[in-house]
Amino acid sequence: MKSKNIERWSPWILLVATILIWELLCKGFEVSEFVFPSPSRIWEQFIEYRTVIAGHAWRTYWVTMVGFGIAIVVGVMLGFLIGSSRLAYAAVYPLMTAFNALPKAAFVPILVVWFGIGVGPAVLTAFLISFFPIMVNIATGLATLEPELEDVLRVLGAKRWDVLVKVGLPRSMPYFFGSLKVAITLAFVGTTVSEMTASNEGIGYLLISAGSAMQMGLAFAGLVVVGAMAMVMYELFDYIERHTTGWAHRGSQNT
Amino acid sequence: MSQPFVDFEDVWLAYNDELLTEGNFAVEDINLKVNKGAFVAIVGPSGCGKSTFMKLTTGLRMPSRGRILVDGAPVTGPLKISGMAFQASSLLPWRTTLNNVLLPLEIVEPYRSNFKAKRDEYVARAQALLETVGLKGYEDKYPWELSGGMQQRASICRALIHEPKMLLLDEPFGALDAFTREELWCTLRDLWEAQRFNVILVTHDLRESVFLADTVYVMSKGPGRFVVKKDIHLPRPRDLEITYTPEFTDIVHELRGHIGAIRQSAPSANA
Repeated sequence: MKSKNIERWSPWILLVATILIWELLCKGFEVSEFVFPSPSRIWEQFIEYRTVIAGHAWRTYWVTMVGFGIAIVVGVMLGFLIGSSRLAYAAVYPLMTAFNALPKAAFVPILVVWFGIGVGPAVLTAFLISFFPIMVNIATGLATLEPELEDVLRVLGAKRWDVLVKVGLPRSMPYFFGSLKVAITLAFVGTTVSEMTASNEGIGYLLISAGSAMQMGLAFAGLVVVGAMAMVMYELFDYIERHTTGWAHRGSQNT
Repeated sequence: MSQPFVDFEDVWLAYNDELLTEGNFAVEDINLKVNKGAFVAIVGPSGCGKSTFMKLTTGLRMPSRGRILVDGAPVTGPLKISGMAFQASSLLPWRTTLNNVLLPLEIVEPYRSNFKAKRDEYVARAQALLETVGLKGYEDKYPWELSGGMQQRASICRALIHEPKMLLLDEPFGALDAFTREELWCTLRDLWEAQRFNVILVTHDLRESVFLADTVYVMSKGPGRFVVKKDIHLPRPRDLEITYTPEFTDIVHELRGHIGAIRQSAPSANA
């Protein structure tokens, strides 16, 4: 019981310990706040600029969510396509892998040319960076069907569609939720990177402007806010996953 | 004699055209006549084409040569009058036992079209079936909450829920311990005695085949063909006690001799 409690609180204990050591190091070695601000300085600036930060954070949040939403729709559709057809899998998968290897930040200047500075590039960067894991996981879930089960259903006259809906989709749900957790954090990365060069709003923009004004405390506060938002969303999807696909996490399944 | 329920006439199967032109067949020269309501078992070494035989019988595969008739009609596609169960129970982990058993009714006609309207009736039917195999009270459990033997019982219920005329079992008890296996033999025996569907049981447990079947076929390996047909004239209903009688043991021993001969000749045939 006691060790279980420790496990539960361990992330918070580690966080507090890190902040304390960080604070002590900054104070002890008298590190300039323009080089590496102490946690207390970051907190100070966070409070001082809280309305500004909140505005930028909201912008980053909704832009990310729009991009992420598009990523879910496109990722699920593409995953469904390549997971249900061997031909589509063979044709699409190598190209998608090549595409995924491209640094998404490199798309930002191109997107600026097409959509101008603002929401467009940020939404699309978030989308481009986060749809791939969703697509791959849906496809994997659909493709891993036991041949015996397929025989059982086919002999009953099941069409491909029946098998996909009754077996394939439910089976891919744990993969899907697993991928959402990865994808949401990536989406925040995409938005922030894009905002750094192609926006006048959002945490990415805040980071750049705070940095050029030597307001390191503010820049760090912005980073903390992005991290916190990503973590909250991650935990949300983790919660949904555990409450909808509990069957996948019960240790030994049927074999 | 009345018309056989399952009738294989000179059936050969090669898995693709390339193998066909090479003359490389998975099963060869299968001739088989099974009367309605009969229980046949097919035994043989692993990889001898037993599963291929099942695919042929259910219409999942068409023969390269020869003709298969089931219930008087040539087989032209998947046969909905058959139910299948395998060594792996392959129950869906997100469905309860009851909903796993109901799955075929959501797919096969005529149940499919009125599944929503008659759901209560089908649920009652599934519950009755689960009760006969000793799974009463486990309807709302998930597969991972059941033991291996219970999962296999549920899997057999799933194969029988649409009241098929033919039940095909591919080593259904292969992964169970000896005691559970014998319990399930009796479960299957009772289901069959009560409903008299046709059973084709593929197994490599000779005692299992002799205890359950009316006729045991021994299949050879590479090429897969029937080499021995043995009618089992033990009186029915059979009790587990019968497996300790000399008559029973003699039959098992005789079949074992055939299998031994096949296993010795197989490597030289392949070389």
